[in-house]
Amino acid sequence: MNVIVLMKQTFDTEERIRLVDGQIAEDGVKWIINPYDEYAVEEAVRLKEQQGASVTVVSVGNEDVAQALRTALAMGADEAVLIDGTDLHDERAIAKALSAYLAKTPFDVLLAGNFSIDNGAGQVAIRVAHQLGLPHVAAITKLAIDGGKATCVREVDGDVQTVEVQLPALFTAQQGLNEPRYPSLPGIMKAKKKPLTNVTLGDLGLSADDVAPRVARIDLSLPPKRQAGQRLSGDVEAQAEQLADIILQATGQAGAR
Amino acid sequence: MGKTVLVIAEQKDQKLRQVSLEALAAARQLAGDGGNIVSVLVGDNVDAAAQQLADHEQSQVVCVAADILVSYEAEHYFAAVQPVIDEVKPDIVILPHTASGRDLAPKIACHLDAGQISDVVAIEAVGEDVTFKRPIYAGKAFETKRFLTGPWVVTIRPNNLQADATNGAAAPIVKRTYTEPTPMRSQVVDVQRKGSDTRDLTEAKVVVSGGRGVRSADGFAPLAELAEVLDGALGASRAACDAGYCDYSLQIGQTGKVVTPDVYIACGISGAIQHLAGMSQSKLIIAINKDGEAPIFDIADYGVVGDLFEIVPKLTEKLREKITAVRS
Ligand SMILES: Cc1cc2nc3c(=O)[nH]c(=O)nc-3n(C[C@H](O)[C@H](O)[C@H](O)COP(=O)(O)OP(=O)(O)OC[C@H]3O[C@@H](n4cnc5c(N)ncnc54)[C@H](O)[C@@H]3O)c2cc1C
Ligand SMILES: Cc1cc2nc3c(=O)[nH]c(=O)nc-3n(C[C@H](O)[C@H](O)[C@H](O)COP(=O)(O)OP(=O)(O)OC[C@H]3O[C@@H](n4cnc5c(N)ncnc54)[C@H](O)[C@@H]3O)c2cc1C
Repeated sequence: MNVIVLMKQTFDTEERIRLVDGQIAEDGVKWIINPYDEYAVEEAVRLKEQQGASVTVVSVGNEDVAQALRTALAMGADEAVLIDGTDLHDERAIAKALSAYLAKTPFDVLLAGNFSIDNGAGQVAIRVAHQLGLPHVAAITKLAIDGGKATCVREVDGDVQTVEVQLPALFTAQQGLNEPRYPSLPGIMKAKKKPLTNVTLGDLGLSADDVAPRVARIDLSLPPKRQAGQRLSGDVEAQAEQLADIILQATGQAGAR
Repeated sequence: MGKTVLVIAEQKDQKLRQVSLEALAAARQLAGDGGNIVSVLVGDNVDAAAQQLADHEQSQVVCVAADILVSYEAEHYFAAVQPVIDEVKPDIVILPHTASGRDLAPKIACHLDAGQISDVVAIEAVGEDVTFKRPIYAGKAFETKRFLTGPWVVTIRPNNLQADATNGAAAPIVKRTYTEPTPMRSQVVDVQRKGSDTRDLTEAKVVVSGGRGVRSADGFAPLAELAEVLDGALGASRAACDAGYCDYSLQIGQTGKVVTPDVYIACGISGAIQHLAGMSQSKLIIAINKDGEAPIFDIADYGVVGDLFEIVPKLTEKLREKITAVRS
């Protein structure tokens, strides 16, 4: 069984966000594997351990992303592929590049993240599935593969769905799917010798026209500063009294007293 | 020149979701003079919701109903809307950024080879120039985007845009038969309904939310009472769900529901970034936490440092008094 994981490196949103010259400052920022993609990598490695599979991790990005790919290799993936993302500026373009790579590569299971924690459009993985003509199940919390069929569990609006799907198919991981492992020291040593292949758009037969952006970012801003929060003083009685008035004011029932 | 806009509306339990009317208002804003708006509703029985929708001005409301569409599944729902898209040839498609809307939108965008702007909280249109604002980095920043070429696909976050107010129209309702995709590769085989007794969290004007500080399932009772006097909904943090104090359908945050109520009351919630991602856009945030250093206070408009088990019941009592005073 061939399993391919689509993985993005992201800005750690635990970090403080600063704008410098209208851009988000990235100096000294911690870069991590997108947490939802980490669940996807873990699930792929478990499939390998439990059923036998070869696991390839694919990422679109710049050369710094090699670090995240090495981490995935240390977790147990067998191979990594880094597609140069220099000329890819929107979700459609990134999905095109991934699809072009996948169209030439055999696989049974595609795993990805539910969305990225930085940009969070939740588009790339589903676009890839559609472009390749494959079914997908998003935000899964359980996956069982049996022959050419997968059974998975997902939550939609509070309902818990069980979905059966024929392979090949794409699945996006939701929190709860598994607990990702930390790479072990031997894992990290082995990862250094595992293959990491660089791929360019040219290699994929894509022209600048094919990936020309459809959308553009024109501005970045920080949320309007909330008025410094006010701590209510007094005893419980007084605090509850003030809170009640504040709430009724906000819900338009202010006349209530 | 007006544009053709397709709205993929949504219903739940045979009631039109409020966000569908927000999408319709956005459609009206974007269609411009002489524009053409078509809405689509997909489900097992969409008659009641279609009536509600047709009460608003538009060219037509298209219904695609079949038993198999009772529960959202990507392949089936896409098969339901695709013929409508191909016929209407929209310049713009608008969907709610809900569990199903966000799942379906990228398929539509890919089908149209279009760009998509997701999770929009504000639309600004100055003549032909339209920009879309969306939160990024778990709500710690906002980006403004624009389309460079058409068609456009947009998903909108519930409870942020004004709802359409053109009530009293009688738009024609058109029924289309549903054709299953062949081969049929995926199918929902089981659905467990959870939390259907609670009101739709994403549409509630007041949300009372409990965290690990609530300590037990019984600990949620005072919160439920507070929610009830305010005609609001109950929410929770991940930790409260993981601890089994409440069902996951109440979870608010990055992996749970995203809410934008008028008032959000966080009780015994520390304020982790993944929780904030689901509620930081709320209009008024109140935090009740016994730890004065808890990060939730950084984003709260009003904070009470204290024991939720003392404050919440007292607050409920005060509200009950004040509300009854006004009604009588
Ligand atoms: C600093 C910065 C600047 C940006 N500037 C612009 C801009 O000018 N214009 C613009 O339109 N957009 C811009 N973007 C957004 C960028 O295009 C998106 O990050 C990208 O399109 C991926 O979308 P997403 O992060 O929302 O992923 P989602 O669609 O949320 O990702 C879903 C899943 O798809 C897979 N996936 C996503 N991305 C990749 C990837 N790169 N490699 C492998 N798998 C992936 C993962 O499994 C992921 O979990 C910028 C982003 C950043 C961080
Ligand atoms: C990938 C990922 C996704 C996640 N997604 C989500 C998500 O969608 N939603 C979410 O909520 N979390 C999410 N989390 C988890 C998140 O990081 C936090 O662990 C979680 O939000 C903590 O919940 P809490 O605030 O209830 O618990 P805690 O952090 O334990 O806080 C409990 C608080 O209660 C206070 N308290 C205790 N007793 C009382 C009392 N009697 N009166 C008043 N206050 C009291 C304490 O002072 C404390 O501040 C996610 C994590 C990851 C890694």
